[in-house]
Amino acid sequence: MEKEFKHIQAAHCENGVATSLLRYHGLQFMTEPLAFGMGSGIFYLHIPFLTISNGPAITYRSMPGWIFSRTCTALGVKVKREKFRSEEAAVKFLDQKVKEGVPVGCQVGVFNLPYFPPEYRFHFNAHNLIVYGKENGNYLISDPVMETVTHLSEEDMLKVRFAKGPLAPKGHVYFPEQVGIVTDEMIKKGIIKGIKRSSRDMLHIPGNIGGVSGIKYTAKKIRIWRDKLGPRKAGLYLGQIVRMQEEIGTGGGGFRFLFAAFLEQAHQYVKQDQLLQISEDFTKAGDLWRASAVNMGRIYKGRLNEQKDFDESADLLMQISDIEKQAFIKLSKIKLG
Amino acid sequence: MKKEELPQDESALASMTRELMYVKDKEGKYTTDLSTGWDVKKQALDNAWDDIKERTEEARKAVANGEKSPIYYFMELRIMDFPVLSGYTGFWAFTIKRHMKPNVFKSLSEKKLQIYAKAFDVSVEELKNFKG
Repeated sequence: MEKEFKHIQAAHCENGVATSLLRYHGLQFMTEPLAFGMGSGIFYLHIPFLTISNGPAITYRSMPGWIFSRTCTALGVKVKREKFRSEEAAVKFLDQKVKEGVPVGCQVGVFNLPYFPPEYRFHFNAHNLIVYGKENGNYLISDPVMETVTHLSEEDMLKVRFAKGPLAPKGHVYFPEQVGIVTDEMIKKGIIKGIKRSSRDMLHIPGNIGGVSGIKYTAKKIRIWRDKLGPRKAGLYLGQIVRMQEEIGTGGGGFRFLFAAFLEQAHQYVKQDQLLQISEDFTKAGDLWRASAVNMGRIYKGRLNEQKDFDESADLLMQISDIEKQAFIKLSKIKLG
Repeated sequence: MKKEELPQDESALASMTRELMYVKDKEGKYTTDLSTGWDVKKQALDNAWDDIKERTEEARKAVANGEKSPIYYFMELRIMDFPVLSGYTGFWAFTIKRHMKPNVFKSLSEKKLQIYAKAFDVSVEELKNFKG
């Protein structure tokens, strides 16, 4: 019997691809928060000296591709990945998979993605979508950030798969190759591993630019931007933080809510009531991330632009860093079986 | 964030989709809901585009004044930076910087111009004849 592919909307593209593909292969328990948590998607890194689109380089997530890989490893799912030098080989491979009826995850650049509104098309090369068929020469696309399915012409597909620049996809495709039987015990182990890994990454990454201390690093920078860059550019920098934080597929606030939802779902597999309390801590962190965005928004809208307004945003980030630090310490200490 | 607090503001994304967000329901449990947009985000994006337009306009003037070659203008127009343009052309950043000098640009081979034209999605003629 042919399996039918079902589109699932997600908050974040890679979680969404992971969830849809694993469910397609019979793992019906999979949800976006579980994929995000088992894959330890939550992270923070402020890369000094580097600017992206003429603003600060901050990421709120682990490396592209890791969420899917880690989640699959935990569940004993074998993943096949291919990157290509030649465009012809990349097209041939994808078409072959389509012919076999296998939905595949594709890494793409969004600059030439026609169904994205022009305002959102930057040179961001780590977007993920699923190709689940082909009709009249158009690829059938399930883009996890969208409410419904869509399609791409062969020409557009090639362009987005071979977008260039940082994180260039090089035609990258990936899909579960072998899915065995997944027991509740495996899910439980995967959840615990995800929690431990996230705690370790956020608390103990060396240096002061990553994890909870990285959030403090950004706070320190915010305090000096106005003097160093002038009010206008400093405002643009804050705007970039908010865009990186709240835009589709990324997320400071959003990711905290997702992590809190993960801990809530984890509780169904790992009976440890503290998980629910710590989930509340992350909800609070998420709310504060959004409050900081509102605060920064007032600055770049030009309503307020005094040093004390920048200090206020920085103070909020310091507070967030402390809350997350305490929450991750609690998480790393509780007994998870 | 509570479900009833989820902003439903206008945004450019509305033409494509609503966004899925994780929010708390009345019982305090996590659920998902869709949002049309958030004003705070829209403003950040609008600001970024104002900045891009300003930079592109400055680049246009620099070409018109003979300070920079069209490569500089098209790089800004296509919202590229050096790592991205390097990726599309295969040229090093310092080579591209050299090609941004009007005198060097004049002596560029047809082959190199073609590489740039392809990266910018314009014809060689458009690239060569852009006067700002």
